[in-house]
Amino acid sequence: MATETVAPARNGQSAESEALVDVRNLKIYFPVMAGFLISRKIAENKAVDDITFSVKRGETLGLVGESGCGKSTTGRAILQLYRPTDGHIYFEGTDLGSLRGNDLRRMRRRMQMIFQDPYASLNPRMSIRDIIGEPLTIHNLGNKSERRERVAELMRIVGLNPYYASRFPHEFSGGQRQRIGVARALAVSPDFIVCDEPVSALDVSIQAQIINLLEELQEQFGLTYLFIAHDLAVVRHISDRVVVMYLGHLMEMADRNEIYDNPLHPYTKALLSAVPIPDPVLERKRERIILTGEVPSSLRPPRGCVFHTRCPIAIDECRQVVPEWREAAPGHWVACHRV
Amino acid sequence: MPALLQVKDLKTYFYLEEGVVKAVDGISYDVQEGETLALVGESGCGKSVSALSLLRLIPIPPGRIVTGEVLFDGDDILKLNDDELRKVRGNRIAMVFQEPMTSLNPVLTIGKQITEALELHLRLDRGAATARAIQLLEMVGVAEAERRISDYPHQFSGGMRQRVMIAMAMACNPRLLIADEPTTALDVTIQAQVLEVMARLSREFGTAVIIITHNLGVVARYADRVAVMYAGKIIESSTAENVYGDPRHPYTLGLLNSVPKLHQAAGEKLMPIEGSPPDMVRLPPGCSFYPRCTFRIDQCKEEYPPLQIVAENHYAACWVDVTKGRPSKNGN
Repeated sequence: MATETVAPARNGQSAESEALVDVRNLKIYFPVMAGFLISRKIAENKAVDDITFSVKRGETLGLVGESGCGKSTTGRAILQLYRPTDGHIYFEGTDLGSLRGNDLRRMRRRMQMIFQDPYASLNPRMSIRDIIGEPLTIHNLGNKSERRERVAELMRIVGLNPYYASRFPHEFSGGQRQRIGVARALAVSPDFIVCDEPVSALDVSIQAQIINLLEELQEQFGLTYLFIAHDLAVVRHISDRVVVMYLGHLMEMADRNEIYDNPLHPYTKALLSAVPIPDPVLERKRERIILTGEVPSSLRPPRGCVFHTRCPIAIDECRQVVPEWREAAPGHWVACHRV
Repeated sequence: MPALLQVKDLKTYFYLEEGVVKAVDGISYDVQEGETLALVGESGCGKSVSALSLLRLIPIPPGRIVTGEVLFDGDDILKLNDDELRKVRGNRIAMVFQEPMTSLNPVLTIGKQITEALELHLRLDRGAATARAIQLLEMVGVAEAERRISDYPHQFSGGMRQRVMIAMAMACNPRLLIADEPTTALDVTIQAQVLEVMARLSREFGTAVIIITHNLGVVARYADRVAVMYAGKIIESSTAENVYGDPRHPYTLGLLNSVPKLHQAAGEKLMPIEGSPPDMVRLPPGCSFYPRCTFRIDQCKEEYPPLQIVAENHYAACWVDVTKGRPSKNGN
C-alpha cells in the first residue's frame, strides 16, 4: 500500500510529534429548528462540547460512551462530514477545516469509515464489485480493468472469494457484509479509518472474526483506527488507548490497561462496573456501582461538570465549575474535581 | 417437589415458502420455583420462539407448535382453551419484551395499561387498581409515580419504559416471568439498573425467571442455570458455574473463547467460531454445528447427538468428549 508523500507544514499547533489526527477544542452544536413555513433556531444541541485529544500514528484509539454522548459525531467530524462549530482538526498537521474542494477530496482519500450496520450501509442495488470499487471511481484511481483487479485483491484481503464479486448484498450474511464494508474502506489505501461500532450489529461468534480481521489489516497496512463502540470489553481488547465520553465531554483517557485497572473518573468506574463479566464466579465477588438517574438531554446539559447529576461523589464545586481536562499522571487524562 | 415449569420435547415449526424452519426442535427443560434460568444463543437459534411458545404467542400460520408438553403448575398450557389460557397469560406467567416502545400501546396512558391487567385478573375496582399501579411503579424505581401514571409511553425514556414493562409484568404477582432480551436495546448503565430491579423483585416475590439473551455477561451475573441453544436445540445445560467453568459442548466453548473479556488484559488474539450460523431451512443432516466444529468426527456428520448427562447435573449434546482435547482424527 503506497502512502502519499505529503509533507505538511506544521501550523504551529502544539501537537505531539507522532499524532496523525489532532483534535483541538472541538465543538459541534446542531441547531434545533422549529416553526411552520418560517423556521428559526430555538435551541442548540451541544453534541460535542470542547474536546481535545489526538490519535497517534499506527495506534487504535477506542472511543467509548453511551448513546447520545457524541462519540459518532466526533468520528464523523474528523472525516469532515460535519463542519465544526468551533475548534480545529489537524491531519498530519494540516487544518482540515481550511481545506475546500479538490484539496479536501484528496485528503479524504486518506481517511475512511466503517459503519455499524452492514445491512443499511451497502446499497442493495449495487453489486459487490461496484460497492467496493466505488471509492476508486470517485477518486479516479486506475482504469476499468485495474479497478476490477483491485476489487478482487481487496476481496481476498478481507477473506471473501472474488468469485462472488457480481453478487448483491442480500446474498451475504451479516459478517460477510461487514467484510465488504471493510474492503470498501480499504479500497483507496487510507492511513486512518474511523470504525463506528463495526461489530455491535453482529452475532457474538462473528464479532471475533471481524475484530481479528481489523487487527490483521492494521498490522499489514500500518493503519490507524479510531474505534467507536459502547462495548467496553471489545474496546479493551482492540485499543491501545481508550477515551471515555459523556454528554459531549471527555471524561477520561489512558492506556487500555491503565483505564481498566486504575480508572480515576467516577463515570468510568460506574461504566466498568455496569458491564457484566462472562464468569459467574467472578461476578459474585464484584462490587457493583449502579448509577441512579439517566443521561440528561444534551439540549439542556447540567451546569458545571455534566456528570454531576448522576455522580455518587459530586460536591458543590462540581455543580458550578466545569472541571479542567488535565493530565493526572503521565498519559492519563481526566476531567474531575475529585481526582 | 415437582418443577414449576416442565417443558417436554417442545417443537415449534414455521412453514414457509422456502421450506420448513424447525425453530424449536424438541427441547426439554425445567424451571424450579424462584430460580433464574437463562436461555442463551445467537440470533435465529430459536430462543425467543421457544419462550413465545410457552404462552402460545406464535403466529399461526406460518408457525405451529407441532408437539410437546408445557406443564405449568399442573396444567398443560398447550391443551388449555382460550379462556383458560387468558387466565394464565399476564397473570401467573408474565412476559417482558425486548423493545419496550413497540410493546406498549402508544395511545393509552401508562396507568391505564397497568390497571388493565389488575382489573381483569385480580378484579380490583378502579381506585384500588390505580393505587396498586402507583405502588408498582414506585417498586421498579419510577420517580414521582403518582404524577407519571397519567403520562404516555413516549414521555418515558427507554430505560423507564422497560421499568414500566416490568411493573406491568409484576402486577399480578406472577409465578414465572419470561424476559426476552429485556435490556438489549439499552445502554450499559441503564441495563444494569433494569436488571437489578428485575433481580430484586424476583428475590422479594420468589418469582421464577426465564431470561433470554445473547449476552454471556448478563447470564453470568444473573442466572442460576443456563441452557445454550443452537439451531433450535438445547446443546448444553447446567448450572452457570458449570457451563462457564467447565463447558462440554464445542459451541459453548467456542462462544466463551470468542468474546473479549473485560477483566483480562488485552494482547491475546480472539478465537472466533469460523463460518456463519446455519441456514435454518437447510440444516445439515447430522449435528447442526458440524460445519463449524473443530472437534468434529465422522459420526457427527450422520447422527445428531442426544442431550446426555456428562457430569452431575450437567448435560451436553456432543459425540466428542471436549475435556479430552481435540480428537486426532479430524472428520474432514
